[in-house]
Amino acid sequence: MSEPNKVLETFSVNGEPHEVAFLPHKTLLEVLREEMGLTGTKHGCELGECGTCTVQIDGTPVLSCLVLAVDAVGKDVRTVEGMACGSGLHPLQDVFADLGAAQCGYCTPGVLMAADALLRDNNSPTREEIKQCLAGNLCRCTGYLKIFEAVEIAAARMRGEDAQPSEESIYGAR
Amino acid sequence: MLRLPPFTYHRPKTAAEAAALHKEHGKQAMFVAGGTDLYPNMKRRHQVPTHVVSLQDVPGLTAIEQLPDGRLAIGAMVSLTTLEKHLQLLRDYPGLAHAIAEISTPLLRNMGTIGGNLLLDTRCTYYDQSHEWRESIDFCMKKDGAICWVAPGSPRCWAVQSSDSVPVVCAMEAEFELVSTEGTRTVRGDALYRDDGIEYLTKKPEEVLTRLILPKTGGWKASYLKLRRRDTYDFPVLGVGACVWTDAGGVVTKANIRLGGAGSYAIPATESEKLLVGNQLTDELIAAAGTAAMKPARTMDNTDLDVYWRRKVAPVFVARALAACK
Ligand SMILES: Cc1cc2nc3c(=O)[nH]c(=O)nc-3n(C[C@H](O)[C@H](O)[C@H](O)COP(=O)(O)OP(=O)(O)OC[C@H]3O[C@@H](n4cnc5c(N)ncnc54)[C@H](O)[C@@H]3O)c2cc1C
Ligand code: SF4
Ligand code: FES
Ligand code: FES
Repeated sequence: MSEPNKVLETFSVNGEPHEVAFLPHKTLLEVLREEMGLTGTKHGCELGECGTCTVQIDGTPVLSCLVLAVDAVGKDVRTVEGMACGSGLHPLQDVFADLGAAQCGYCTPGVLMAADALLRDNNSPTREEIKQCLAGNLCRCTGYLKIFEAVEIAAARMRGEDAQPSEESIYGAR
Repeated sequence: MLRLPPFTYHRPKTAAEAAALHKEHGKQAMFVAGGTDLYPNMKRRHQVPTHVVSLQDVPGLTAIEQLPDGRLAIGAMVSLTTLEKHLQLLRDYPGLAHAIAEISTPLLRNMGTIGGNLLLDTRCTYYDQSHEWRESIDFCMKKDGAICWVAPGSPRCWAVQSSDSVPVVCAMEAEFELVSTEGTRTVRGDALYRDDGIEYLTKKPEEVLTRLILPKTGGWKASYLKLRRRDTYDFPVLGVGACVWTDAGGVVTKANIRLGGAGSYAIPATESEKLLVGNQLTDELIAAAGTAAMKPARTMDNTDLDVYWRRKVAPVFVARALAACK
């Protein structure tokens, strides 16, 4: 089979148009990272088994390693790069940093994208709902507890409450 | 990066057009729905179609429709997430809704479809590996090789039926609507599948699965119970689908029990079914039916978890699935 030709398409990523030429069998993950230079979205297993490549398409979190880029044309693609509010961090990013819910940080973009979609639908998720939501995002570092706690605190702050991590969360049990 | 091999991508506008495109390209073509089975397989070079025919633009495949006779028709392209939250499915078909919620992860269920799940490729420890891994031990007969690594003397492949919806859908005797260039036909339950790890479907490759049609409610109850290592991600290494029909007095008139994750198709536990018919579903009877399911659970050592233990727990899982049909 002869090598196929590149196609030229315009994507909407984080609300901005991106015109790129790419081979039509490329995944959204490849085009985001390698053609658009948006390397915030990480690549791990590339087989659907880790969740680090999670992005949102029309608000739904999906695995960019298993979506063809051509199928994302004409849709609203959101990546971790689009999370910050102006020059400030998104409340989720802020708490993840404060709490150490990101350690090596490799899973963090995917976790943030999945958690952000959850909080849009449900502003006060239970611990169980957060666990369910993140059941497709593997983390090798944190043991997940800090991640769950960070989502809870961010949700509270987004509801306007002055939620703070407990001393124990930050410094450990005395 | 693990990358997809190059292919020509098609997005036909009708099921008939999709079937025609598939027929035109023959063995070089495959359909794609959510891609959560096909694309990992292509990245590992298990399946290398040079023409990929997407069904996303075919209208009607995302509909869920109550038929005039009371059956429920689910379009093949309905996502698993939509189904696990669908109020009518949760109310009228809780066994199937539960099976769907047990599939993979929330992210994969956002992408995966019911059609893709019903037609999921069979799986095996020696097959679901990278190209390099398979090459290093030499390929097996499911792809590129001549031998079966699980049963080296075997003339056939024993790759495992691994879809969570198939055992319960077969137990319920649901129907599948298939469209080809020759028209539309319907097959019921087990008739779509065959006991072979390679040729695991009876449908023609170019036939598009358009709808899953669930039987009318009333007089029966179905359930699904899954065994796996982690409560998320993992495929079933045993998945029991059960459906029990009872008369007004609570006497079992018919029972179907299907064992997924135990062989290349959803294996019927025939002896267990026979024990139930004509009797009340008592705890003692359920336990006896469970015990009788040990024999058909002829697990092979080609999935996660210990092969003997998987077989040993089959009676327990069958009994629990039956208890849920009470
Ligand atoms: C990490 C991981 C974990 C998983 N865990 C599970 C699990 O626990 N349980 C489980 O059951 N599955 C699991 N899966 C498999 C898969 O995600 C689901 O089975 C999913 O429902 C497949 O649907 P799809 O639409 O993505 O299928 P696709 O990949 O699009 O298609 C699957 C197959 O069906 C064919 N096909 C699809 N739709 C049609 C149609 N309408 N007509 C004709 N042919 C069609 C395709 O050609 C292909 O051969 C897992 C996958 C991954 C990557
Ligand atoms: S059962 Fe045998 S032939 Fe089939 S995939 Fe496994 S090793 Fe290969
Ligand atoms: S890189 Fe996509 S799920 Fe791991
Ligand atoms: S912080 Fe390292 S993988 Fe999650």
